[in-house]
Amino acid sequence: MKNFGYSIIKQRTIDYDQFDGRLLNEVLEMEPSFKVCLSCGGCTATCSAGDLVSFNVRRMNLLLRRGETIELESEIQKCMLCGKCMLVCPRGINLRNVIMLIKKSIAKYKPINS
Amino acid sequence: METTPFILPFTIGLLFISCFLVIIIGIWISSLSRIDKSRIIHSILTKKSWFAIREIVMESLLHRKIFRKNPVLGYMHMSLAFGWFLLIVVGHIEACNHYQTFSVPAYMAIFMRYFVTEPSTTLSGKILSASMDLLLLFVLSGVVLAYYKRANSRLFGMKKTTQLKLGDRIALISLWLIFPLRFLAESVSAGIHHNGSIISHPTGELLASIFPVHSFEMPLWWAYSGALGLFFFALPVSRYMHIPVEVVLIFLRNYGIKVQKRIGGYSRIQVYSCSRCGICLDSCQMSHAAIKDTQSVYILKHIRNKNLTDEKLFNCLLCGRCQPDCPVGLELNNLRITQRIESTKEYNSSYEYLKNGKIAVSPQTEVIYFAGCMTHLTPAIIKSVKEIFAVAGVKYWFMDEEKTACCGRPLMQVGQYEAAKKLIEHNRMQILSSGVKKIVVSCPICYKVFNEDYALPGIRVMHHSEYLLELMADKRLPINKLPLRVVYHDPCELGRGSSIYHQPRLLLDEYVELIPIKNEKKTALCCGGSLANIKIQMNERNQIRDTALDEYLAYQPDLLATACPLCKKTFTKSNKLPIHDIAEIVYMAILNKMDIEINISTQIEKANADKNLRF
Amino acid sequence: MKHIVIIGGGIAGIETACALTDAGHWVTVIEKDSQLGGKLNNWSYLFPDFTPTEKITVELQAKCRDKDFSILTSTEISTILRKDGKFNIETSSDQKLEADAVVVATGYELFDAHRKEEYGYKIYDHVITSADLEELLKPGGDLTVAAGKYPKRIAFVHCVGSRDEKSGNHYCSKVCCITGVKQAIELKMRLPDAEIFCFYMDLRMYGKHFEELYREAQEKYDIQFIRGRLSEASEKIDKSLLIKSEDTLSGRPLKMNVDLMVLLVGMEAGKGTANAAKACGIGCEESGFLKTTDTFLKSNFSEQEGIFLAGSCTAPMSVNDTILHARSAAMEVKHWLSKR
Repeated sequence: MKNFGYSIIKQRTIDYDQFDGRLLNEVLEMEPSFKVCLSCGGCTATCSAGDLVSFNVRRMNLLLRRGETIELESEIQKCMLCGKCMLVCPRGINLRNVIMLIKKSIAKYKPINS
Repeated sequence: METTPFILPFTIGLLFISCFLVIIIGIWISSLSRIDKSRIIHSILTKKSWFAIREIVMESLLHRKIFRKNPVLGYMHMSLAFGWFLLIVVGHIEACNHYQTFSVPAYMAIFMRYFVTEPSTTLSGKILSASMDLLLLFVLSGVVLAYYKRANSRLFGMKKTTQLKLGDRIALISLWLIFPLRFLAESVSAGIHHNGSIISHPTGELLASIFPVHSFEMPLWWAYSGALGLFFFALPVSRYMHIPVEVVLIFLRNYGIKVQKRIGGYSRIQVYSCSRCGICLDSCQMSHAAIKDTQSVYILKHIRNKNLTDEKLFNCLLCGRCQPDCPVGLELNNLRITQRIESTKEYNSSYEYLKNGKIAVSPQTEVIYFAGCMTHLTPAIIKSVKEIFAVAGVKYWFMDEEKTACCGRPLMQVGQYEAAKKLIEHNRMQILSSGVKKIVVSCPICYKVFNEDYALPGIRVMHHSEYLLELMADKRLPINKLPLRVVYHDPCELGRGSSIYHQPRLLLDEYVELIPIKNEKKTALCCGGSLANIKIQMNERNQIRDTALDEYLAYQPDLLATACPLCKKTFTKSNKLPIHDIAEIVYMAILNKMDIEINISTQIEKANADKNLRF
Repeated sequence: MKHIVIIGGGIAGIETACALTDAGHWVTVIEKDSQLGGKLNNWSYLFPDFTPTEKITVELQAKCRDKDFSILTSTEISTILRKDGKFNIETSSDQKLEADAVVVATGYELFDAHRKEEYGYKIYDHVITSADLEELLKPGGDLTVAAGKYPKRIAFVHCVGSRDEKSGNHYCSKVCCITGVKQAIELKMRLPDAEIFCFYMDLRMYGKHFEELYREAQEKYDIQFIRGRLSEASEKIDKSLLIKSEDTLSGRPLKMNVDLMVLLVGMEAGKGTANAAKACGIGCEESGFLKTTDTFLKSNFSEQEGIFLAGSCTAPMSVNDTILHARSAAMEVKHWLSKR
C-alpha cells in the first residue's frame, strides 16, 4: 500500500459508550478487592519488574477500566509476580490474582480485528 | 470340585477388577518417562523391592503411621487391612489343607464353609478354622469402629471427615456388609451341619435353635457373594482404589520415582493412592480462616473426578503442613503444583526485556549477598546483615541492592515454571559470571529456588542464618547472650521447604534464650502470608496469622524471631508482639556487647585521666 | 452539687472541666501524665495560622488556676462501677471517687512509625516523624543532618499509618495533610535553600484557611507536591535516602535522593482510650475510636447512659474541633444532669 503520510490516529477522547466491560466485570467478580484501588502508585514504585523495564502495575487497573485490552495484554506480560506490590498496597488488593485472572481471561475479550 | 451359582457375583467381580487393575496400572506405568522406566528395570531385582515389601507390610497392612498419630484410628485401619489380608491368606491355606492340593480356585477358599459339611477332624484343620474365626472377629471389630467413626468422628481425634460420592457410598456399604454377612452365612451353615469352630459353632447352634436356618442359608451366601462382587465393581470409582494402587505406589517410590512437573502416570498413581482418610484436614491452617474445601484430600478427589476449579487449586498456602502427616506419604505439594503448571501453561511470559549482562566484581569478594524482593521492604534485615558483615570483615557484593530480576520462585508457586526459567537464567548468568563461590540469601523463598532450581556448580547457597552461624563458629562474630525469651517461627520455605531447622536454632541459642514450642520444625505453623496462595483474601490471611500468633503468645516470649521477610511483614501487621529476623537479633546482641565494651573502655580511659590529674 | 469525673487532662478534658465548673458542678480531672495538656505539649506551632502552642497552654493553665476543680495527675482509673445511679470509681492510687457522670476524654496516640518498616524509621538516621520535627522546629532546634550541613532536599510523606490496611488503620487521620503543609512552610522559612517535596495520595484541606495555606505553600514557598505513595526508602553510604514512589500524574516510577524524610504520622485511639473503654464498658469502632450513639445528634454520647465522650477519643480531630467537641460534651452533661 502506498504511504500517503497518513496514519490512523487513535481517538484522544475516551468514548465510554464503546466500552466493553465484560473483561472488567469478570475480573472484579473473581477478585473484588481490585475495586478498591485508590491509585496511590505504591505498587508501581516498588515493582521489581519496573526497575528493569518501563512497566506500571497501577495502570493495569486503568487499562482494564478503559477497555485498552490490547495494550493491557502486552503490558501484563512484564509482571514477574514477585508480590512486592501486595506488601505495600494500602488497600490490601490481591494483585497477583488480578494479574493471573487477566492473563487467563484476556483472550476471550480481545477485539477480533487486532 | 463342587460349585454353586452364588459364586458368580464374586467370581465375575474378581475377574473384572483383576483385568481392570492390570490394564489401568499398565497404562500408568507405560506412560512413565524413559528414565523412570529404566529406574524400575534397574531396581526391580535389588533390595529396593524388599524395602518396598517391608513398607507395604508396615504401612498398607499394619498402618504404622496412622497408629502413631492416633491409636484408635490405626487399629481400625489395621484390623480391616491386615485382618482381611490374613483372612485371604489363611483361608487359602485352610482350603489347600482340606482338599490336599495347591490348585484351589479362589471361590473355594472364600466360600469353603458352605462346601464343607463335615467338621474338621485333623489338628491342623481345627487350628486353621479356629484362627479363621478369630480373624473374622478381628476384622469385625474394625468394621464396628468404622460404623462408629462415620457416626462420630471425634473419637478418632479428627475434627473433620471427608464427604462421600455415590461410588464411594456403594463401595463403603458393600465393604461394611461383607464381613457381617460372611459371619452370618458361615454361622448359619455351621448351625445346619453342626460343624464350625470356636465362634461360628456356638453362634450357629444358637441361630439354629431360634430360626429356621435352612431357609436362610442360600440367601445369606448369595448376599455375601453379592457384596463382594459389588465391592469389586465399585472399586474403580471409589476411594478404595487406594488399596491396590498404593501397593504399586510404594514399589515405584522405593525405586526412586518422584512426581515430575507434569501430569503423568506417576502423578495419577499418587492421586489414586489417596485413601481420603482426611488426616490432612486436621493440620491445614486454612480452616482457621473458615476455608474448608480446598485441602489436599479434596484437591486429589477433584483431580480424579475432573472437576477441579482454579478457585480451589490456587487457594492453598503450599505450606506443606499436611505432607508429613499423610499416612500414604503422598507428595501433596508437588501434586498441586503439577496441576497449577497445567492450569497456567498457556500464560507463561517470556520476559524479553531481561538482558543477560555479565558482572565483574572485585576478586576479593567473599560472598554474594542477595536480599530478595521482599527484604527490600524490611530494611532492618538488610541493615543488620550489612553491619554484621562489616563487624566480621566480610567482603561482599550486594547483588540486588538497586535492581534485579525476581528469583522466580513466586512464579513457580503458581505453576509458571516456564516463565520462571527466564528469570532463573538471567540471575544465574550474573552469579556465575561474578566468579564468587558463595551466595548468601536473606529470603527463604529465594533460598529454596537458588538451591533447587539454579544450576550453580561449585557455588554454595546459604541462608543468612546458616552463614551467620558459620561466621560465629569461625569466631568472626562476637557472642553475647541477651536476656530475652524468644520463640522461633520456622518459615515454611526454609523449614519444611528446605529442611533448615537447626542452624537458626543453634544461632539463636548463642544470642538469646530460645523457648521450645509445640508446633515447630516439621509441624511449624505458617504465618498466612504465603505467596503460593493467590486466592485467599486479606482478612482470611489475618485470621490465619492471628491464630498462629495466639499460639506463640501463650509462651509469653519477649519477641518472636523468624528468618523470612515475608513472615516478618505478615506478623508485624498485627502489632501484638515485637517480631525480628534472626539477623536483627544477632546484630542487636553484637551492638549491645560493643556498647558495653565501649562504655567500659571509656570508663577506663576516664579513670586513667583522673589518675593523671591526681598524679 | 453534682460531681463529674473526667478521664483525661488534655485539651478536651480541661475544656469540658472548665465549662462544667462554670455551670456550677464539681469536677475532678484524672490525668495519667504528671502534667496537664496531653499531646498538645509535644507541638510547637498550630495550623493553619502558626499560633504558638504556648498561647493555648498558657490560657488553659490560667483557666485551671482560676476555676475551682480538682486535678489528679499521674493517676489512672482502674475500675468504674455503676451503683444506684452513681459511678464508683477507683484509681490506680487507690482513691475512691463517686460521680454522677463521667466524661471520657482520653484522646489519641500517634502512630508508631516503626511499624512502617519500609520507610526506615529508627533504622535510617535521617527519617523522622512530624512529632520529631515539631520538636526540632522550636527556636534553637538543630536541623543539621551532619556537622554544619543542612538538608538540601526534604521529603514529607503523607498518610503514614493512616488510610493503610497494612498499618491496620483504614481511616483518614484528617490533620496530617495540613500539618505537612504547615511544617513544610516552617522548614522552608528556616532553610530557604532547601527543596521540599510532599508525597501525597489525596490532599484533604477540609478546614478554614487550610486550602489557602496549601496555596501559599505552592505560591510563596515553592513547596512541590507529588501525587504518589512512597513505597520504600533505602539509605546510602552518606546517610542520604533514596526514596521510591510513583509520580502517578505522569504515570512513571520516580526515584529521589533526599537528605531528610519526614513521616506525617496519623492518629490512633491508643491504649489510654482502649483501657477507658474497657473500664467503662463502652464500645469501640473497628478503628479503635469510641463509638458514639449517633453521628449527627449524639456525638458526645457513649453506649452507656451517663458516660460522655469528648474530643479525639471519638475520631481524629484538630485542636479547634477538639475544643468545640469538648464544649458540646459539657453542654450535654449539664443538660442530662438537670433532667435527673
